[in-house]
Amino acid sequence: MSETGKPPLLEMRNVWVEYGDKVVLERVDLTIAEGAFVSVVGPSGAGKSTFLRLILGQEAPSRGQILLNGEPMRAECGPDRGVVFQRYSVFPHLTVIGNVLFGLECAAAPIMGRLFGARRRAALAEAEAMLEAVGLTHARDQYPAQLSGGMQQRLALAQALVKHPRVLLLDEPFGALDPGIRADMHELVSRLWREHGLTVIMVTHDITEAFKLGTRVLAFDKRRHDPHAPHRYGATATYDVPLLRKVSAEPHAKSA
Amino acid sequence: MTRLINLRPSRRGRIVAGAIPILLLCLAYALAAALRHADNPADKVLPTLGAMGAAIWHMAAQVDPVTGQITLLADTLASLSRLGAGLALATVSALVIGLLLGVMPLARAILGPMITVIAVIPPIAVLPILFIALGLGETAKIALIAIGIAPYMTRDLASYVAGLPAEQFIKAETLGANSWVVAIRVALPQMMPRLIETLRLSMGPAWVFLIAAEAIASDVGLGYRIFLVRRYLAMDIILPYVAWISLLAIAADALLQMLSRRAFPWAGGGAR
Repeated sequence: MSETGKPPLLEMRNVWVEYGDKVVLERVDLTIAEGAFVSVVGPSGAGKSTFLRLILGQEAPSRGQILLNGEPMRAECGPDRGVVFQRYSVFPHLTVIGNVLFGLECAAAPIMGRLFGARRRAALAEAEAMLEAVGLTHARDQYPAQLSGGMQQRLALAQALVKHPRVLLLDEPFGALDPGIRADMHELVSRLWREHGLTVIMVTHDITEAFKLGTRVLAFDKRRHDPHAPHRYGATATYDVPLLRKVSAEPHAKSA
Repeated sequence: MTRLINLRPSRRGRIVAGAIPILLLCLAYALAAALRHADNPADKVLPTLGAMGAAIWHMAAQVDPVTGQITLLADTLASLSRLGAGLALATVSALVIGLLLGVMPLARAILGPMITVIAVIPPIAVLPILFIALGLGETAKIALIAIGIAPYMTRDLASYVAGLPAEQFIKAETLGANSWVVAIRVALPQMMPRLIETLRLSMGPAWVFLIAAEAIASDVGLGYRIFLVRRYLAMDIILPYVAWISLLAIAADALLQMLSRRAFPWAGGGAR
């Protein structure tokens, strides 16, 4: 429980992930407050992606409990948790505007998967506003294959954010981008996080990126190591660093 | 010195290079036919180009007094309508079942083994069953084509859909898509270019099954005609018919390829 008495947005209670006798995550106990920007770092194989898949609902913990908003979470992806992957985040067969529109169409038209008339116009206006926010208005009618890597990730962000998810999950979203483009994307993500009052959980390999963007950095690693059976011990959050400067600045930034 | 693997002909060079072997083949045939006719003017095995021209003029431009139809036209229409019906049936069933298997692991678990079993049965071996069950009419021939190619197409499409990046399905789910919307808005459009591709690859077997069915029980059709005139050693009709069938196959392939390029402009480059 946080000081305000509100339950934290996300809570993990003694969560384990095991495949057979291979332990990937063990004893993960943490809470994530609404509005936080959590960076997750750690060496390869330390369960960062598994951690993300747990929150996404793509995978269920083998032990323990995950609570979203104080309620046990079902192990299935849903529209309250948006995601941007490193690759394959956008649909290659839809135009830029079609990609953003997709989420709105899914909610409003569960059978046709498409909207018509006035409802379509309203959805289009919303999607166009989202494209404007990520700076892709000029590419409205292009296909993803015609876009650069950075533009595709902008599109993936717009596509996820148009659904107003409670939590935005980023799985090494800028790993495949050039350094210059990456800096632009950092700015964009920081701005969207502030403007939309998002809760972001970002897995990254880049420690600088983790500290630059996050209000809190989680480092995943193995606490114990058995040299004869390395798979028998899982990883957990070994360091949990709140970046106080940003946390104190956060309410101010959010109201701006 | 430039390596052999780095020698790339220009566009015109490619056309010339590709035409040379074909022209040589034609020349070799004409030479062999002329030699045989010099020995025996009544030779039927290698008819001269003139004899073939006369035969095809007879088949393609003159009304047959017995049937009252132009033979080549009637044969072509009959064969193409059988082929078209068989391909349509196979395409639709492969599309529906392939999509279902590709999107739903549960459906794959239930139907996958059965389709694998059906796919390994040599289609010609079931032709007698089809003739017994469906009669000697059009239905059995169309069914042979469909049964012959549909299992391959279904498996190809199912594995293609199952191989689409998992991220896309996850993403669609996080955007609120239900199973149905994932199938028709994410998987279906992306499998369409592959459908045309697998249809193109299935055209060859489809022709084989068509001609086999026509050879065994029919009274009109390209395959029927070839096997009919074989009794009279009428190579002057068989060879132009074979050439005509090849031409139809090439045209169908080109048509499908054009359709694919026009209809799916997004399928050009790989998306991230």
